[in-house]
Amino acid sequence: MSNQEKHWEKSRGLLMITLAIWFVFSIGIFLFGAEMNKVTGPFGYPWTYWFTCQGSLGAFVILIFWFANRQEKIDEEFGFSEREDE
Amino acid sequence: MKSTNFIDNLPKVYGIYTGGFIGFIIIMAIAEQMGMTAKAIGIAFVAFTVFIYALIGWLSRTAQADAYYVAGRQVPTVFNGMATAADWMSGASFVAMAGGIYFKGYGYMALLVGWTGGYVLVASLLAPYLRKFGCYTVPDFIGTRYGGNLARFSAVVVLTVASFTYVTAQINATGTIASVALDIPFQYAVYIGLVSILLCSMLGGMRGVTWTQVAQYIVLIIAYLLPVFWISNKIGAGFFPHFMLADEVARIGELEAQFGFVKNSAADLATVPKGLAGITKAHSAVNATPWAFISLALAMMMGTASLPHVMMRYFTTPSVKAARKSVGWSLFFIFLLYSSAPMLATLSKLSLLDPNLSTGIIGRSIADVQAIDWYQNWNAANLMFVSDFNGNGTVELNEFFMGGKAVVLATPEIAGLPYVISGLVAAGGMAAAMSTADGLILAIANAISHDVYYKIIDPKAETAKRLVVARVLLVVIGFAGATIAAMEIQGILGSVIWAFDFAMSGLFFPLVLGVWWKRANRQGAIAGMLGGLAAGTWYLVWVRTGGSGFLGITQLTFGIFGSAVSLVAMVVVSLMTQEPDKATQKMVDEVRVPSGKTILGKQ
Repeated sequence: MSNQEKHWEKSRGLLMITLAIWFVFSIGIFLFGAEMNKVTGPFGYPWTYWFTCQGSLGAFVILIFWFANRQEKIDEEFGFSEREDE
Repeated sequence: MKSTNFIDNLPKVYGIYTGGFIGFIIIMAIAEQMGMTAKAIGIAFVAFTVFIYALIGWLSRTAQADAYYVAGRQVPTVFNGMATAADWMSGASFVAMAGGIYFKGYGYMALLVGWTGGYVLVASLLAPYLRKFGCYTVPDFIGTRYGGNLARFSAVVVLTVASFTYVTAQINATGTIASVALDIPFQYAVYIGLVSILLCSMLGGMRGVTWTQVAQYIVLIIAYLLPVFWISNKIGAGFFPHFMLADEVARIGELEAQFGFVKNSAADLATVPKGLAGITKAHSAVNATPWAFISLALAMMMGTASLPHVMMRYFTTPSVKAARKSVGWSLFFIFLLYSSAPMLATLSKLSLLDPNLSTGIIGRSIADVQAIDWYQNWNAANLMFVSDFNGNGTVELNEFFMGGKAVVLATPEIAGLPYVISGLVAAGGMAAAMSTADGLILAIANAISHDVYYKIIDPKAETAKRLVVARVLLVVIGFAGATIAAMEIQGILGSVIWAFDFAMSGLFFPLVLGVWWKRANRQGAIAGMLGGLAAGTWYLVWVRTGGSGFLGITQLTFGIFGSAVSLVAMVVVSLMTQEPDKATQKMVDEVRVPSGKTILGKQ
């Protein structure tokens, strides 16, 4: 397998993990919205209410930065990263 | 002006700008104490900010294609994040969202999740790859990846339908705010809004829009957060509302139980002015089925990843790496406002409902409420209404009605904040609507001037001529949008949601599969774009004309049906026709690695 194929395989793996986490916070937890809202969560808000206001939103922000860093590492590992031109 | 030097000085330039704006707010506050009228303050805020944007637009004028289309590809990560956030947060986010949460509660908050979660798809599936491609517009990517004028043209069609639906809503919003702040009729205010929008983008294209959007973000975020923090402190709810409103949320639940949700008769409701609503749903309870919530969130997420005016912001970053990081910053800046919207809705509702607060109106006598200053102002603007349906002389929960926009625009006044805050909020709403309208009009005009005129009609056209065409289109599209906005066909929020559905119906899978599925070919992409758009549009028309719909897909989520048809059509047609040639497959391989030259190179 060529270098490029290995790079792409690893990138695809990262995508799958990223999308799985995305799925949990955007869809998964809201399947149980009614049950989860009965429990008190962070800062005293009901869990479901907190996720729609802050929790899921914050999770997405962190997820994107995490993804960007991981992808950069993968690019470096296979020598595909750009020269320092930022 | 825009040399490398300017880029290095950006933090300083915008630091001074922010300081200057805060200074302006303080001067207005002092002027208010000295007797400046509310109307004069409103005019000063809107006029001053619009003048600054126009100045930035003029300073950013350019005659180079690279600067006009992609801001010279040198916008730093964090600043591009701010510009994207302003580009993204429209009149709907700023003016209408807190109102929607106020009235509909949980079911509506799917929009918060949808309009943020979509950025994960943008960052992981599309933005870095399209940046590597080095295109000027989204149809540019479709046209080159799949080849052929028909594919390019189909992409322009989908882009135009989605963006135009969206832009009429934004011009409508600028018109609404300009008409309230400047006290002129809506039909004229719409055109004042349009001229302000064009001042930002006409001369500098993407470069002008980028630097005005950063300035607009700063105005809109100050205008949104300041009242939230102020009200929270004023009513003693906590100095940092986001972490401290749990008791207030619980208190609203108690009050709802105490007052009860009484259903009004149809005859009573007929007396309420059009567009106003009462509180009929619990504030923090789960009041929607999982599928209703998830389908709306999903439609908005996929729509986010298909809207060209957002995607093209990531064409302006210096590198692929910067494009990825920039998506994170965009969402961070959006998060600041979105996480505050439910807090504003909570504070606004509590201020009105709680009899223990001096601002509460439920349980007070009708005559008392009708004598309040702010009630009279907003009632005159057709955004507030009380009526004694049961004839007991006091205002009940089901007897108070408000327009969705009033939650953001009127809450500072209701909570007893000085008028200078209301003026600031008007300027913020104007900034939000203008920045989005600019991005959208530019996306449409660029697609038509670059993809239709330059790539299809006259490939030999000189740069100067291309830019003249682009600017003429900008004005024409703007006026068309304003004319339709002046007719007031659909509300702001409804149009915006439709735009997302149109975009996802036609563009989501052709874009994503263009990067992630080498086997996708021209015939498949064309079938996907046109089939998806046609299916989505058909479903919308069917449901609007009395169709029952299926699978719980409503007129707000028709994109789910459209994109499903798009996916099936694209896969089936691609597999039935010849696979893409070697050169195209190699191109896809190159898009997948960040290093090396962009596919289209420097044009």
